[in-house]
Order: sequence, then structure tokens, then C-alpha cells
Amino acid sequence: MTDHDAEPYDLAVVGAGPAGLAAAGVAARAGLRVALLDAGPRIGGQYLRRPARPDPPPRGAPAAMLARLRDALGDARVLLGHRVWAVEPGPDGDGFAVHCLTGREERARTIVATRLLIATGAYDRVLPFPGWDLPGVMTAGGVQALLKGDLVVAGRRVVVAGTGPFLLPVAASLAAAGTTVAGVFEAGGRLALAPQALVRPGKAVEALGYGCRLLRHRVPYKGGRAVVAAHGDGGGLTHVTVAKVDAHWRPRPGGHETVECDTLAVGYGFTPQLDLPAQLGCAMAADAVGGPVVRVDRRMRTSVAGVYAAGETTGVGGADLAEIEGVIAGRAVVADTMDMPAAGASMDIRVRVRRLRLAGFARALLRAYPVRDGWMSWLRDDTLVCRCEEVPYGRLKEARDLGASDARSIKLLARPGMGRCQGRICGEAVARLAGAGPAPLRRPIAQPVRLGDLAEMDERTPDDDT
Amino acid sequence: MSGAQGFEILVDGRPVPVEPGQTLGAALHAAGIRTWRTTRFGGRPRGLFCGIGVCFDCLITVNGTANLRACLTEAHPGDEVTTS
Repeated sequence: MTDHDAEPYDLAVVGAGPAGLAAAGVAARAGLRVALLDAGPRIGGQYLRRPARPDPPPRGAPAAMLARLRDALGDARVLLGHRVWAVEPGPDGDGFAVHCLTGREERARTIVATRLLIATGAYDRVLPFPGWDLPGVMTAGGVQALLKGDLVVAGRRVVVAGTGPFLLPVAASLAAAGTTVAGVFEAGGRLALAPQALVRPGKAVEALGYGCRLLRHRVPYKGGRAVVAAHGDGGGLTHVTVAKVDAHWRPRPGGHETVECDTLAVGYGFTPQLDLPAQLGCAMAADAVGGPVVRVDRRMRTSVAGVYAAGETTGVGGADLAEIEGVIAGRAVVADTMDMPAAGASMDIRVRVRRLRLAGFARALLRAYPVRDGWMSWLRDDTLVCRCEEVPYGRLKEARDLGASDARSIKLLARPGMGRCQGRICGEAVARLAGAGPAPLRRPIAQPVRLGDLAEMDERTPDDDT
Repeated sequence: MSGAQGFEILVDGRPVPVEPGQTLGAALHAAGIRTWRTTRFGGRPRGLFCGIGVCFDCLITVNGTANLRACLTEAHPGDEVTTS
């Protein structure tokens, strides 16, 4: 049986990263009943991830932010290990029913709340290339999560590759943990960040710090280079092919080298986690490079009444911006709950200015590290594009030859994106291979779920997505 | 890194050390076990990829329960993992 919480919460927050924590704290301290849900075993999300028993206690900016946000949570009820698989309008057409699976037993539980804040963050964008499904190839964020959350160094000899400023802290933490970083390969320009340093000098100092650590550990950092193939034997990854690439990321003739490694940490920026807002029908907008994000107003309200969004779901911008957006969203929820739309309007000026400044920097970063189409030339016919359904590039081409001219038709013919991850990993690549921009897929169900749990949902049944 | 409170789990009958709070995926990866299932069609080996619960590559069978994400599932003393 589904365990409905007897009393509805005023606010359910999905995601306990910087945005969700900040919003939950603001709302709880204003006297609202708040449930803060997260799939993970600890609060913090990705950026604030930490081991179960940190020893010695972690220091530095993330630790300070986590302590501050945790101490400000007030009476918010923190529900960890809650994996939200669907959100729908509440039983009486009022508020929202948040359907979760909890614990290893995947026990069904439904949280009912008047208002909903989506703070589900983002995950690594990866592009397919030959060998990317070999054991030992991981996302940069996954490698960082292993180290930060489990104190496990992903490999003995690691290559870090992709694009964007996140590659630097990943390489620096690996080197500091004592592993050999065989190289950092940035597909874009090495100094793409330089003009933005003027906007946020603090970030430039941070980047310089990573640079110095890499230098100290003699880690080569090269721009205009991409890992275009991974190779292995029965035991997993053994080496990667690094190509010099032109401005469009097409390999330059003769510019290939082989780098031995047992692990590749690869990431091409981040993709917002938009399953729930897509499910709820929230209007989307485009970020600085055309990627889908949730459209919000100045108070972080989405187009659906009672639904708010904050953090990476409204545009990838990092922890500081996420926290500010969480604060704004939390205040908006408080004002809307108390039916005082003007409440908090005056306090907002400094917060809003800070948000605008951070959002401006985030947009500049996105523009500085775009994904270029040349990655498509790295594919071979037998390169898997969809890892779940094991669909190779050759089959996508056949679908295209049969007249499938958009991502949806290709999906119907060749089945990429129809597996367990529901296209989270390959969706953008398939869309781009079809010649379209990335768009959020309709996903009536955010996580795989048993049919019995589906049958127990209230009458309202999501449409079939085929 | 080896704490006094560490424990062991069994992977196909073989003991693997775990630090308290570690996920099954992290414990296996740290022990040099990088794959614990194969794909349906090509029989390709799979283990950790995204590491944060998005890709479903790391599905694992623990104590007879299949299809848990190893990267999200905390290891418990006495857990028995079976690989395929």
C-alpha cells in the first residue's frame, strides 16, 4: 500500500543541493511545513558531496557552505533515499502528489504538498565516441563523486577530457589524491575563460589555484585536443586516442597521439535534470547556447501555478548561483503561501543584483565552452550511440536514410533513448545527429518503476510516451 | 583510509572490504572490480559510468534483489553481490 503522509506539507523540495537546501531553510524558518527530498544518502547534492564520516573534517568553501545551509534548515523534514519517479496534481486537484521509491526495497511513498520546488540539478553531458562504453570510461562528475563521496580514486592513471572549467578541479583533486593524471585535454580553447575572469575575479583566482596544482603535479593541460577513441582489452580501458582538433572539433590530419590510461574522466559540460518540470508541463526556455532550461519569473515561479524551480534546472550556473536562486524561491513560496505577494519584494534588491551578476558569469561560461559539431566525425558505424539499447551509429544512419528526419522518428525506428535511462545520456547526441537542437524529452516517469506501483497511482495516469 | 569500523561484503563469494557509508559501486571499483553485469544484446561488460544515478549502467544484484543502481546503493555488512 502507498503510505500517504496524513497532513499535506506547505512545500515539497525535490533535490537537497545548494538550491534545495537554501529554499527549504528559508521556507521552514518562516514557519512553513517543508519536506526536503533527495535520492542520495546525504544532503548536499553533487557540489557539496562528502563522505559519510569525513576524517579529518573537510575544510574550504564547500564545507562552509554545507554547514551554513544545514544549520539554516530549521524544522524542514529531510527525507533522504527518496527517489522521485513522478509528480502529479494532488488527490483533490489541490497541490501536488510526489511519488517516491524509498530504500533498497523500493518501498512506494507519496508526499503531498501544496507547493513544489524543483531543484534537481544537472548531470554530465557526454558525447559518444568509439569505445566510450568500455569499463574505465566514466563521466568527469562520476569520477569526482567517487572521490568526494566515497574517497575512492577512480584509477591509477587517469586522463581527463572534454570541455569546460569543471575539468580542472577534477584533475586537481585526482592529482592531490595521489593518482597519476596523464593529461587534461580541453577540446575548446585553453584560455576560453580569460575574458570572463574580469567579471568574477574570485573564480579566476580559483582557476589559477587549480592550474598551479596541476603544474605542481606536472599534469599537462592542453587545449584544442579531444579524446576521439578509447581502446581496451577484456579487462577494460588501456589507452585513448587524443586528436588535435580544429575550431569545429574535427580532428586535424596527423595530429593523433596515444595516451595510456586505465581510466578516462570525460565531460562536455552539464545537462539540467528536467524530468519533473517536463512531466508537469512547465514551459521551457533556451539557455545561452540553446539548451533547454525551465522558464522562471524573477521569483523563480514556473509557468505552472504552485511549481517553482531553482538552481541548475533554470540554467547551469554553479553552487553560488543555485544558493541565491534557492533563497529567492524560498521567499517567493513564503510570500505566495501567506498571500502577500509584495512580501520580500524590498529585500530582494541586493539578492537580485547578486543573482544577475552570477547568472551573467554563468552565461559567459556557457558561451566560452560550447559543444562543436565536429564530434560527429569521431563516430564509426559500430560506435554505440545509445548505451542502454545498444544502438550503433550505423543504425541511426539507416533510420535517417529511411526518411527519419528528426530525433523522434529516429527514436521510433532505431530505438535510441528507449532504454532504462530514457535518453538522459544519449538524447542530446541523437537530437544533434538528427540535425536538431537539444530538447527535453517527454518523460511521464522519471525513474524505472514497477507496474504495481504504477497501478496504485491515483486515477490520473500519465500518457504513454512512445 | 581503512577505518576501524570497516566491514566486508561478498562478491560472488569473494570478500571485498567496505568503508562505512560507501556505495556498492565505490567498494567494488576500489577493489578493482570494474564490471558486474553484461548487456542484453552484445554481452558488453558494464560498471560505473555516470556515478550519480542517471545512466543505469551500474545495475547490480544484491541479496537476490536485481536492478539496483550500485552508485546510489549504500553497502551494508553481510551484503552478497552476484555478478553476471
